[in-house]
Amino acid sequence: METIAMPAINLAVVMPEILLSCIAMVLLLVNVFVPGNNKAYLGYLSIIGLAVTAASVVNGWGPSVSAFNGSVVQDNFATFFKIIFLISAGLAVLISDRYMAQEECNQGELYPLILFATVGMMLMAAGTDMMVIFLGLELLSICLYVLAGFNRSSVKSNEAGLKYFLLGAFSTGFLLYGMALTYGATGSTKIQAISAYVMGNPSVATNPLFVVGMLLIATGFSFKVAAAPFHMWTPDVYQGAPTPVTAFMSAGPKAAGFAAFIRVMIFAFPMLKAEWGQLLWILAVLTMTVGNIIALSQDNVKRMLAYSSIAHAGYALVGFTATNAEGAAGILFYMLSYAFMNIGAFAVIVLIGKKGESNGNVQDMAGFGHKKPLLAAILSIFLLSLAGMPPTAGFIGKFYLFSAAIKSGYIWLAIIGVLNSAASLYYYLRVLVFMYMKDPTEEFDWAGATPAVALCLLVAVGATLALGVVPGTVLELAQKAVLF
Amino acid sequence: MNQLPLLSIITFTPLIGAILLLFVNKNSHGVLRSVAMAVTVVTFVLSLPLITGYNAPGTDIGGFQFIENVPWIAAGPFQMSYHLGIDGISLWLVILTTFIMPIAILSTYTAVEEKVKEYMICLLLLEVGMVGTFISIDLFLFYIYWEVMLIPMYFMIGIWGGKNRIYAAVKFFIYTAVGSLLMLVALISLYFKAGGGDFSILRFWELNLDPTTQMWMFLAFALAFAIKVPMFPLHTWLPDAHTEAPTAGSVILAAVMLKCGTYGYVRFAMPLFPEASAQFTPLIATLSVIGIIYASLVAMVQQDVKKLVAYSSVAHLGFVMLGLYALNTQGVTGGMLQMLNHGVSTGALFLIVGFIYERRHTRQISDFGGLAKQMPVFATMFMIVTFSSIGLPGTNGFVGEFLVLLGSFESELRWYAVIATSGVILSAVYMLWMFQRVMFGELKNPKNQTLKDLNAREVAIMLPLLFLIFFLGVYPRPIIDSMAPSIDRLIAQTKVQKQVAQVAAPAAPQLPAGHVAVPGLPEGHPALPATQEVK
Repeated sequence: METIAMPAINLAVVMPEILLSCIAMVLLLVNVFVPGNNKAYLGYLSIIGLAVTAASVVNGWGPSVSAFNGSVVQDNFATFFKIIFLISAGLAVLISDRYMAQEECNQGELYPLILFATVGMMLMAAGTDMMVIFLGLELLSICLYVLAGFNRSSVKSNEAGLKYFLLGAFSTGFLLYGMALTYGATGSTKIQAISAYVMGNPSVATNPLFVVGMLLIATGFSFKVAAAPFHMWTPDVYQGAPTPVTAFMSAGPKAAGFAAFIRVMIFAFPMLKAEWGQLLWILAVLTMTVGNIIALSQDNVKRMLAYSSIAHAGYALVGFTATNAEGAAGILFYMLSYAFMNIGAFAVIVLIGKKGESNGNVQDMAGFGHKKPLLAAILSIFLLSLAGMPPTAGFIGKFYLFSAAIKSGYIWLAIIGVLNSAASLYYYLRVLVFMYMKDPTEEFDWAGATPAVALCLLVAVGATLALGVVPGTVLELAQKAVLF
Repeated sequence: MNQLPLLSIITFTPLIGAILLLFVNKNSHGVLRSVAMAVTVVTFVLSLPLITGYNAPGTDIGGFQFIENVPWIAAGPFQMSYHLGIDGISLWLVILTTFIMPIAILSTYTAVEEKVKEYMICLLLLEVGMVGTFISIDLFLFYIYWEVMLIPMYFMIGIWGGKNRIYAAVKFFIYTAVGSLLMLVALISLYFKAGGGDFSILRFWELNLDPTTQMWMFLAFALAFAIKVPMFPLHTWLPDAHTEAPTAGSVILAAVMLKCGTYGYVRFAMPLFPEASAQFTPLIATLSVIGIIYASLVAMVQQDVKKLVAYSSVAHLGFVMLGLYALNTQGVTGGMLQMLNHGVSTGALFLIVGFIYERRHTRQISDFGGLAKQMPVFATMFMIVTFSSIGLPGTNGFVGEFLVLLGSFESELRWYAVIATSGVILSAVYMLWMFQRVMFGELKNPKNQTLKDLNAREVAIMLPLLFLIFFLGVYPRPIIDSMAPSIDRLIAQTKVQKQVAQVAAPAAPQLPAGHVAVPGLPEGHPALPATQEVK
């Protein structure tokens, strides 16, 4: 009798995902069975859950282990990204309770949704099969659609949820279609198998099915990382979504998009490197420039940060275009730094904001620097880091991204990148101008920070400065985590 | 390294001071001022051993002394080190910085009443950035300090400045940042050309780059420095920044920050890219001369004293650049001296403008007249500083300007020197005319009739500067002597490399180390043909 070859199932590889899913489900139950209006305790439980998961993730640092017949892998690349996701989720959870109380949409489902989204991101980073990546992406996206529209009483939040859902579904279609075409051309959805097939049949590299498949996959991921010209959903969704969700979306899912994007492009399509290198060049320039130029004219700080996050995706694409180890390590480092500095900036916005997010314009920040010097100084550090000024994490990150491009000979791309950086200075400085150089227009009332938000700010500002002054260890880890 | 890390101590003392200030109550202005004052005085005192310990003829690695070298970031392709050191060129700029800072802080005692705490913190952080810029041997470290310097100055102009302060602050920041970001790109590509290792300029100096690469990198570096200097036509941020900045800000901006630009040429742009530097000499000399003449003419028609002094800065720095690009001993020495002199004289001028502004809250020349009768002490000091700025013999300005002109006459920049000389006359015209309109004549304006003369604090601010004006004017010998080996090294480095580069075929990219070995180069004047190989 013929035996069926059982694929090697190694549950240890997906232990963190299982763990976090279980924790999220437990939290859902806790939310139902433990009554009460104040759901902040769920946030603290989530933090514990995330920390436990992080411990389990870190435990996997070391040689790569593949599982489920090569569908999921536990390698340093995935581990590094998973840590970024967990940090983003943790920081977002920390700023949620204050916001939810203020907006009176204090529902406990928020936390499990963030955790489930994190599981999705982790699968995206660990997936070595297109289907697993797609599963992760869908798990992430569905959670995010709900999270974006989480503030049911706010029209903007509703609109954000719907808009994100429609455009997200659209982009998912592109991605899935691309995967299907690639499958058609190569007969497999496994990244390794695709690569091996193309090695064995070089003619497939010119097969329209295969090339169009790659282009559609790239398009789908470009949607997810909000690269121009597929960025249109970003500003409305970012502005409309509840601020902690926006903070989360701008850091975690974007990093997840890059994780999957990098893995698929580099491993499945290495032979088309020249082609997608060109493609990324154009994407990077467009993304940086569009993001920065439109951000220049924004009055709403959340919207400004949304456009600036498009620009930041552009900087990361500069590192990706370089297609070398420095570039990939640069992206890892930058995504980590971005999680701290961007969520940190959003945390301050949560503190400044009033009900209905009525306090979100840059003009409302007038005189803030003298009313709340400490908080303003912290926001200044985040903004200067986003602008890429030393000695902050943002500077080191950009330094590595641009130097990777220069090393690969994309010197013009680096020059366009730094000029974009200079343009971005203007809108980041504009916030500083209002905070420090204008007199307040009205009395500033402030509800104060909760311990959770304070903890988030402390961690974020500490990390932003530490990664700027002594980035050595983290850079080394990023270097060890890259796939090249 | 068994000696005391003196340079680190000097850099970080102000930082410690700034951190201390965080814990002082924001309303106890007296304490805030005293702490800041004490910290800067201590920093100055700490920097004095640099002078006594500096051993001019004996040169350490690449002529640098007080070396500190600790690995800092080593990840991926890059190795950055915390590498510090000073030579005869940076020594005096560090001293100038630590010397100006207590004076600047003393000048704020009555000028700034609002947000004193933040102001003092900004001043101290600025000192960290400026000192760090002058002592960094590692280019990456240099870049970080160079950028860090911008932030406190941006806040100083933007928060405590005049009416148009926000415009001036943003313009200042974006102008300088654009230049330095391009320098960053050039810096990284320079690093890859050097084939890894670390960011030490000692290594980069030994590279022999091909002319095209040199040209592009020189352009990027020179642009960053030209904006900071500022050279015509990139100078437009300066009058705005100067006019809007509070007195201490103007003093520091003029005395120290502009020197970062000229220092950049001496330390990086010229020795790193000697061929390109030579190729662009006519352009730079032309821009310098235009700067001298144009800024002098513009200064002449200014109604605002501070703006006039700001434009005079542009003209003075034109002289510095001309001297540096004469690339002979007299010219470079003159340029270096002029950097210090401009720091002292223009710093003093801005303080003087600050004194009358504090009294009258106007800087319009037409609002004054006849102040000499009312304020004799002030008038005397103002006059000395004016003379020093014009470059009257006996004052510091004369020595520097004379050497610059002498040097450029002897170099291929002769005709530029001829035109620049008329700038000396123009500077006498606008300075004396301004002095006359402010100080002499009848005391018409009734508001001016009750003006008080300088008080003890203000005299104390001015005295050290006046002392330096005469000291440097009469006996600049010690300073010139200690600079000489470093200046000779710079000239030799820039020229020898150039010579070799012309002889060596472009196919041989790497020179034998002996040709450019920096420390062993001829002491005193290099017996190299000074005018021939520069086109």
